[in-house]
This record gives sequence, C-alpha cells and structure tokens, in this order.
Amino acid sequence: MITYLEAIRLAQRRALMEDERVYIYGQDVGAFGGAFKATKNLAEEFPGRVLDAPISEDAMVGSAVGAAIAGMRPIIEMQFADFSVCGFNQIINQAATLHWRTQVPCPIVIRLPCGGTSGSGPFHSQSLESIYAHYPGLVVMTPATVEDAYSMLLEAVAIDDPVIFCEHKLLYYHLKAPSLPTTALPVGKARLAREGRHMTIVTYSAMLHESLAAAEELAAEGYEIEVVDLRSVKPLDTDTVIASVARTGRLLCVGESFPWGGVTAEVIARVVSEGFNLLDAPPQRLNSKDTPVPYHPNLWAAHRPTATTIAAAARRLLQM
Amino acid sequence: MQMVQSAVGMELGTGASWRQLYATAFRWMLLARVLDEKFASLYRAGKIHGGVFLGKGQEALSVALGMSLRPGDVFAPLIRDLAGRLAFGEPLLDAVRNYLGSALGPMRGRDGNVHRGRPREGLLPMISHLGAMISVVNGVLMARRFQNRLDGMVGATSIGEGGTSTGAFHEAMNQAGVERLPLVVVVANNQYAYSTPSHRQFACAALVDRAAAYGFEGHTVDGTDLGACLRVVGEAVRRARLGRGPQMVVARLLRLCGHGEHDDASYVDPRLKQSPLGRDCLMVAEATLRHEHGVTDAELAAWRSDAVQQVEEAVAQVQREPAPDPFAEDWCALASRHLRDMQSD
Repeated sequence: MITYLEAIRLAQRRALMEDERVYIYGQDVGAFGGAFKATKNLAEEFPGRVLDAPISEDAMVGSAVGAAIAGMRPIIEMQFADFSVCGFNQIINQAATLHWRTQVPCPIVIRLPCGGTSGSGPFHSQSLESIYAHYPGLVVMTPATVEDAYSMLLEAVAIDDPVIFCEHKLLYYHLKAPSLPTTALPVGKARLAREGRHMTIVTYSAMLHESLAAAEELAAEGYEIEVVDLRSVKPLDTDTVIASVARTGRLLCVGESFPWGGVTAEVIARVVSEGFNLLDAPPQRLNSKDTPVPYHPNLWAAHRPTATTIAAAARRLLQM
Repeated sequence: MQMVQSAVGMELGTGASWRQLYATAFRWMLLARVLDEKFASLYRAGKIHGGVFLGKGQEALSVALGMSLRPGDVFAPLIRDLAGRLAFGEPLLDAVRNYLGSALGPMRGRDGNVHRGRPREGLLPMISHLGAMISVVNGVLMARRFQNRLDGMVGATSIGEGGTSTGAFHEAMNQAGVERLPLVVVVANNQYAYSTPSHRQFACAALVDRAAAYGFEGHTVDGTDLGACLRVVGEAVRRARLGRGPQMVVARLLRLCGHGEHDDASYVDPRLKQSPLGRDCLMVAEATLRHEHGVTDAELAAWRSDAVQQVEEAVAQVQREPAPDPFAEDWCALASRHLRDMQSD
C-alpha cells in the first residue's frame, strides 16, 4: 500500500528523474530526507539536486524565482505551512507577479505541509490555502487523496505558474491506496466523491474524509449526501459545485481554515450569485473556530470540523 | 593601479585605455543625468503617472557596476541605477516608455517607472520590497550552476543602506555566502533612507563589517569618485568572476535629490551637503576629465548635446506611442491560461 506521504515522495522522485530542470530546496530535505521524510533517499539518488536550505524562507522562495527565470523548475519544501509566511513576500509579490509583469513564466512549486494534527499547536497546524488563493498569479492545490497527491504534484511541476501545494499532514501516514494512479482529472476540475440527492457538501483536503464519514452517518438516517472534492481551490471549479447544488438544492461548505472569508465563503458567494434559484435553503459553512489552533487534543478536536460536527450541521440544514 | 574590466571584458590599466574607460563611464553618467532631469521636468509638468526616482549623486557608483558586467551576467538594479542600467545595456527607450506608460514598454503599462527589466536578458525587474531582489539573483546563479553554465558569470545587485536592515537582505546575503555564489552586492550608503538618517538605520561601526559575517569579501569606496568606483567595483566583479566568492562593496556618498521627486529632502543636514560626501560625482568626474585627461570644453559640450538629443528624440517618440488599452488587456495573471479562475471574468 502507498501512503499519501509516499505518493508525494514518489511524485518528486519521478519529477527529478524525468526532468533535469527540477530540483528540491528546503530545510533538512537533503541527506536527512525532510522533517516528514517526503524527500527520503532523494538526495542520495539525485546528487546535487536535493539541497538543504538555511532557515530562510524568504531567500528560499526568492532564489526559486530566480532559478525559474533561468529555466529551472524548483520544488520548495516549507517545513510546515505555518513557516511559509516568512517567505510570504517573495510568494505573493515576486513569484505571483512575475509573469503578469514581464511575460516570463514562474514555474515553481511550494509544498506546504498543512493542517492540524493533535498536539501540534498554533504554529505547526495552520491551513493557509485561503490566504494564497486570494492572490492573483498563484495556483493553489489541496489534494485529499493518495492519487491526487501524486498526480497533482506532477502536474504542479509541469505548470508554468507558481503552485502552492497544500498537503495535509494528517493524511501523510494513514491514508493509503493500493497503487499509484495511471490517469487523473486535470487540475481545476472538482470530483464527485460521493453521489447523493438531499444535500451537497463541498470540501477539500482532510475535510473530505470527515465529510465522507458524516455522509455515511447520515446515510444510516436515510439521507443521501453528495460530496464534492474541490481538489484545487484556485482555480475553483464553480461549474461542478453548481451542477451538484442543482441536483440537491442544499449546500454545506466545509474547510479546516479559519472562518473569516476564505474558500468556503467564496464557494457560497459564487453559488448564491450564480445559482440562487437552485437553493432550497440558505447555504451553510463550517470552518475551524476563530482562534489560533490549540495544542491539547481535547481542544484541538473541538476546534476543527469533524464528522460529528459536520453531520450536525448537515442535519440542521436538512431541516431548513 | 588595480586592473579594471570594461563592459566588454577588456582588461584596462593606466594610460589611454583608462582615459577611454573613464570617458565612456562619464558619458553614461551624463546621459543618465540628462534623462533623470527630463523625467523630473515631465513629472513637474504632470506628464508622468506615479513617482519619479532619480539617481542624482549615485551615477558614478551605478555606472561602475553596469560597466563591470558583461552580456550573460545578471543584474538586479534598484531605484537609483539609471546609469548602471544604461551601461549594462538597457535601451534608453525602455526607461522612457516605462515612465511614460507606453504600451510598447517592457512592462506594457502593468508596472511603471523604475520597475522594469528584461529577465530573459539578465536584467531583473525590481519589486519595491527592499532586499527581495538579492535572493532572486542568487537563484539565477544557482540555476546556472545546475546547468553547468556558471563559470565566468557574475550576478550583481544594488541596495541602499536602508535596505540592509531588512530580513530579506540578511537571508539572501547568508544564502549567497553558504552557496559561495559569484554575487556582487553594491551598497550605496547615501546617508538617508527616505528621511531616516543612517544612525537610526544601523548601529555597526561600518556596514562593510557585515561582509565577513556573511562570508563575503568586503570593499569600501568613495562613491563621489568615479575613478575609485571603477577600480573598486571592477575589482569586486573581477574577484567574483574568478570564483573568489561573493563580494560586498559599500560606497559613501550623499543622495543629491529627494527620495522621489515628490520629496524636497528638506531634512538633509546642510553640513553633509557642504562636506566631501556632498560632492556631485558628475562634476567631480568632469573636472578630472578636464584636468587629468585633457578633455576640452568643446568635447564636453558635444557629449552633453548628444545626450540631450538622445533623450529628446526618445521622449518625442514615446509621447506619440499608444497607452495600454484596458479593453485589449487580457487580465489573466497566469501563464497557464486554462487555469485562470473564471470568477475574474
């Protein structure tokens, strides 16, 4: 069985193997193989192409932009998504603006190990997809499955734009698939993860699995819940979402990031403005609480949406 | 006298070739000054959208860097580098078009004034966030190393003393040291970052002391002295090119204008203006040409008139060029057009 983490490692291995323009740069990614071992053995297998970086997120991203201008396709590993904000300026002002300003593409991938895990606390748990999706010039991917982690990372390397690749740490070890995919949906297309007719849940990343568990719970109560996995939050596949809402008439958006604004708010805004007459009830959204991510498992479990809270929100929506 | 390299990589020492190098540098400085003054008057006439940022007083330092570089090198200039840009090979028209917002300019109206470049030709367009360009130059050099094309190549960038206070500066300098890149960082200590004097900017005795901490070789130079700038910057570039690792040059000078043309610089200490730091490098170089190199008044007048003509012709041409058309703009920030987010339409 292949884990989500191993799929990410194998995708990078394949990218290094097939494209000499690819290199990996990040803290501890070299001989050590990365904090999560996403680059295990790659430095050995590809000498000189998997480089330890100083603890300098700004310079890591800045140098990736320069290398991209000079024809390379860098993969930058942030040790945790939370630390990417130390390189925020280079991401949003340098990488994201380069092509628009100069017509020179900026093909870099920035991998963000994101999302909460028990015991990680405020600075090793954040989900930053909404922040990056806000900026023009970035593609933001949020794979929820082993297959997508593999195929979307390969596609991220091939894309001529800066890609923020949000890989969820909670999925690293426990999410498994029997084999690597041979085909994949293109980036920018959402996927129907479960079909139903009473309500649509739109979600992505680790919340897909909480939402599917909630749908299973509700199935026992006689409700058929459709679940849409966005796969990438920018571009956002509004068509698939609206087509689903047209079938179900009810929409719940679930995300792990903070509640103010963000992906779930964007999805609801689009559905309301483009598909208002398809709705049988006010669309709802469920995010984490509006506090930093807590350390203690009791607090953490209550801070983020779970199958239980998603099912509860779904029941409320079904009664409306 | 130390050996100096010209823009074409020729080794130049004393005598006629030094005179030629000095005169060429002076003419780039003169052209930059004339163009800067034109931008200032266009700004006052309301013909320029946005800010105007001049290099007055920094031309000697800037031109020394531009002339020390060769085609194939990479250069990330900052806001007071018109002279260095021209010497490196940026077309005069690029500067005029970018300031006047011509649709034919290198940034096509999407970015303005000093924010211009030709990344594919080694001229990187600055963003406003100080220190941010250094690591980009590092990245180009790292790429050339991956591609086995680094030998004999140099990356160069400019910054002011204010920019050395940023985290981006520190990270990138450290990164260049760790990677031992052929990078030349030229710091113009022009005494004020906008209005903030140097003593509110840094506490070390001399900025060049930081060079050792980053694993750079450090150099200092009187930025009002063109000959000294050509020698010291040229030597730093030569050392980087020879593989002696990253080089930092700190120049002492005074900004002889406001931060931008919107700024009257009334905060500048008059004693500094009267001090040797306040000398105008262009005037100093002109006096040197007259007294040491036997350049005549007629030659100087002809050079000035040539510069004025180039500037006037470029401005006249660009003023007839079209402005960008918002209805023809495609409003797509991505190179991968198929991935544009449709909400933006």
